[in-house]
Amino acid sequence: MTQPTTHAAATTPPALQQWERAAFFDVDGTLVSTNVVHAYAHYVFNRGTIFGTALRVMQGLAMAPAWAATNALNRKLFNELFYRSYAGLSQDRLIELADELSEKVFIPAVYPGALDIISEARRAGCKIILCTGAIDITMRPLAKHLGADDLIANSLQFVEGFATGKVVPPIVEGAHKARRIRDYCIENKLRLDLSHAYSDSLSDYPMLAVVGRPCAVNPDRALRSHALAYEWPILDLR
Amino acid sequence: MRSLDRLRQSYDDDSQVVIQDKRSPPRMLFSDSEVLLEEIPVGTRVIFPNPPIAPLTNYRAAIRWAINHPEGCDPLHAQLKPGMKLLIAIDDISLPLPPMRTPDVRQLMLEIILQLCADSGVDDIQLCIANALHRRMTEAEMKRMVGEKIFNAYYPDNYFNHDAEEPGGITELGVTEKGERVRVNRRAVEADLVIYLNVNFVPMDGGHKSVGTGLTDYLGLRAHHNPGAIRGSKSYMEPRHSKLHESVDRIGKMIDEHCNVFHIETALNNQMFDGPLGFLGKREEDFSDLDRVGLEALRWTLKKTPRALRQQIFNRVPAAYGLIAVHAGRTEPTHEKILEACRRQSFISVKGQADILICGIPYISPYNVGAVLNPLLVQVMAQGYFFNMTRGIPLVKKGGTLIITHPCMDEFDPVQHPSYIEFFHRLLPETRDAMELHRKYEKEFAQNPSYVHLYRKGNAYHGAHPFYMWYWGENGRQHIGQVIAVGTENTHVPALLGWERADTLAEAIDMARGKQGRSAEISLMHHPPMVMTDVTLTAEEEKKQLAQSASATPAQAKP
Repeated sequence: MTQPTTHAAATTPPALQQWERAAFFDVDGTLVSTNVVHAYAHYVFNRGTIFGTALRVMQGLAMAPAWAATNALNRKLFNELFYRSYAGLSQDRLIELADELSEKVFIPAVYPGALDIISEARRAGCKIILCTGAIDITMRPLAKHLGADDLIANSLQFVEGFATGKVVPPIVEGAHKARRIRDYCIENKLRLDLSHAYSDSLSDYPMLAVVGRPCAVNPDRALRSHALAYEWPILDLR
Repeated sequence: MRSLDRLRQSYDDDSQVVIQDKRSPPRMLFSDSEVLLEEIPVGTRVIFPNPPIAPLTNYRAAIRWAINHPEGCDPLHAQLKPGMKLLIAIDDISLPLPPMRTPDVRQLMLEIILQLCADSGVDDIQLCIANALHRRMTEAEMKRMVGEKIFNAYYPDNYFNHDAEEPGGITELGVTEKGERVRVNRRAVEADLVIYLNVNFVPMDGGHKSVGTGLTDYLGLRAHHNPGAIRGSKSYMEPRHSKLHESVDRIGKMIDEHCNVFHIETALNNQMFDGPLGFLGKREEDFSDLDRVGLEALRWTLKKTPRALRQQIFNRVPAAYGLIAVHAGRTEPTHEKILEACRRQSFISVKGQADILICGIPYISPYNVGAVLNPLLVQVMAQGYFFNMTRGIPLVKKGGTLIITHPCMDEFDPVQHPSYIEFFHRLLPETRDAMELHRKYEKEFAQNPSYVHLYRKGNAYHGAHPFYMWYWGENGRQHIGQVIAVGTENTHVPALLGWERADTLAEAIDMARGKQGRSAEISLMHHPPMVMTDVTLTAEEEKKQLAQSASATPAQAKP
C-alpha cells in the first residue's frame, strides 16, 4: 500500500479564499535550523527498545560518510540513500512521534524571522506552501505551527504499514521541486510569475528560478553569490 | 558685443550670480565622488550658493529659549506632567547631508528635553525615529545621532525606528475631506504629548510633513506620494505651490486635532565643507594658491582611488553645519519661522530662465547615506531635486536641456536598495510612464513580503520607495526636453532613464546647442553646497508663457 505522492494538506485553506499567488518556502535551513537527519535521529532515539536504537545508531554511523558524500555531490541520490534508513519503521509509529518531533526538535529550531516572513507573505495575499525534501508525516505538525496552507513534501512508501525505505517518486528535490511547484500553480490557478520562493541552498536553484519572485534566505556562499549575480533579495531570518 | 540681457545679468544685484567670461577660471563639478574641473562657455551664468549664515553663538541657550517661548502654545515645561506618556519623534539620517559633526543638533535638543522631563517627573519616554518608509537607521547611526549617554539609556526598548509595517502599529485617525487616510504610529496617538525634533535642511521638510509623513505607513503616504500630486506641485520647495504639501497640511491638521504635538524645528546653514576641504565651498575666483594645490591633490587622489573607497573618504568627513534658527510650538507658526530662515540661506534671486542647465551630481543624496548613488537616485538628484530647487518657476525653460555629470554606473546596494534593483531592471525597460508604474506595480512592490521583511528587519528602503523616487522626477521629465549625462561609463543606464549621453561636457553642450540653438542661454548651478533659485521671468518670457497658456487653455477644456 502506498500513500499518494501529491501534496498533503497541512491545514484547510480558508473557505472561498481565492489565491492569485503563492509563497513557497523550503524548510530545512530556511525556516528552521534543523535538517532531515535531526528528524531521523529523533525516530532512532525513540525506537522503544535499546537494541533497536543501538542497531539504528550503528547503521547510521556506518552510513554517515556515504550520506555526507552524496549530499555534497547529488542531493537526489542523498535523499534516496538516506530514506532507505527508514526501512522497517512503522507508519503508526512515525505518525505517533510526529507531534513530539515537531514540538521537541522543529519548533525550538524555527528561526526568529520565520514567522514574520510568513505573516508578511500572508498579508501580501500569498498562499503559504512549504516545499521540502523532508517527509510529509514529519512536516505536517510543523506546517500547522507555521500556519502554512499546504505542504509539498516527500512521502515514504509503506507496505502493510511499514516503510520500505523508498520514496514515492518523483522525489521532491532539485529540479523536481520546480516541477512540483509549477504543477501546483497550474492545478490551483496560481500565477507562477507573481509567486515567491524562499530557500537557503543552491540545490534549490530550480525552485527559485521557476517563480517570478525568488529570494535567498540565510544563503550559503554559493547561493549568496548567485543571488547577488541575479539580483535576488537576500534575507536573514536567523 | 554683449546682448542687453547679458549686460543686465552682468550687473545682477545678487552677487551669487556670475557670468563666465574669458578670464574666468574653470568650474568644479561633482561627478559622483570625483571632482571635475571644466571649462564652460563664455557667457554661462554660474549660480553660486549663498555664503553660510553665521551660526547662533549658543545653541543650547537658543533651544531653551525656543521651548520656553513657543509659538501658539504653552512652554514645554508647562505641558510636562508627572506620569504622562511622552513620545519624542526624531528626523532620520536622510538629513542633513552629509551627516553633521557631533554633537548632532538632535542630540542637543534631546539632552535639554530629557533633562526637563526628568525635572518634571516624566519618565515614560520613548524615542522614535520618524523614518517613514526610509531604511531603518543602524545601531551605530542611532548612537551617533543622539550620543552615547542617551543611546545607552534608551536603546533598544525605548529608542527605536518607526515601523510602518508593524502589525497593529498604525492607527487610522480618519479621512480628510479630500479622502486622504490619516494614519499615524499608534504610539503617537497613545502618547499624552508628542515632541517632534526636526532638522530643516530644505523648505520642503518640516511642518505638517514631520508627523504626517515620518510616522505614517504606505497607505498614509499614498495620498500624496503619487504622480498626480507631484504633477500638481509647481515647487516642492515652496509649500504654497505644492499639491503635495496641500495634502500633507490637510493630514497634519487632522493629526493636530487628535494628538498634542509640540514641534521643535531647526534650520542649518550650508557650511558643508571646512578645514582641508574648505575650498570645495569656495568660488574658483577666490581660490588661494594653497586651495589650487589642495584641489589638484584631491582630484589626483580621487582618480587613483577605487570608487568604493572614494565614497568612504567623503563619508568620513562630516559636515560643519551650524544652527541658524530654532523655533518651537504649534506646527504652522513654528514652521513658518523656520521656512524664513531656510529661504534666507538657500535661495538666490535669478532673472530669467536658461535654455541649458548644467549640474554636477555628487555622490550623496538623502537616500543613500552609506551606499552607492544608484541610477534611480541619480535620476532623483537630476530631475527630482536639482530641477526642483526653485520657488515655482524652473531655472530651465520648458523643453530645455539639462546636462548632468555622473558616471551613471549600474550599481545598487543590495542591503539598502533591493527593490530599486527590480524596479530599474524589470519595470523601466517596460515603461517610464509614472502613472502606469503607479497603477500597475506600486502596490505589488509595496506588499512584496521579501521587501517588507528587509524593510522591517534589515536596513532596506521599503518596496514602494523606488516608485516615490521615480515620481519625484516626474515634473522634471514633463518639463525638460532633453537630458544629457556626461561621462557615463555605460550606455544602457542613460537609455533606460530616457537620457542621452556624452563623453565630455563640451560635447554635451554642443549637443544641447544643436537642439536649443547656438545662442542658447546656459546656466550652471554650482553645487555643493546646495543652491536654490528664486527665478523671476523677463518680460519677454512672461509674454511667451502667457501665449503658451492661452493656446493651451482651449485644449484643456476639451472633454
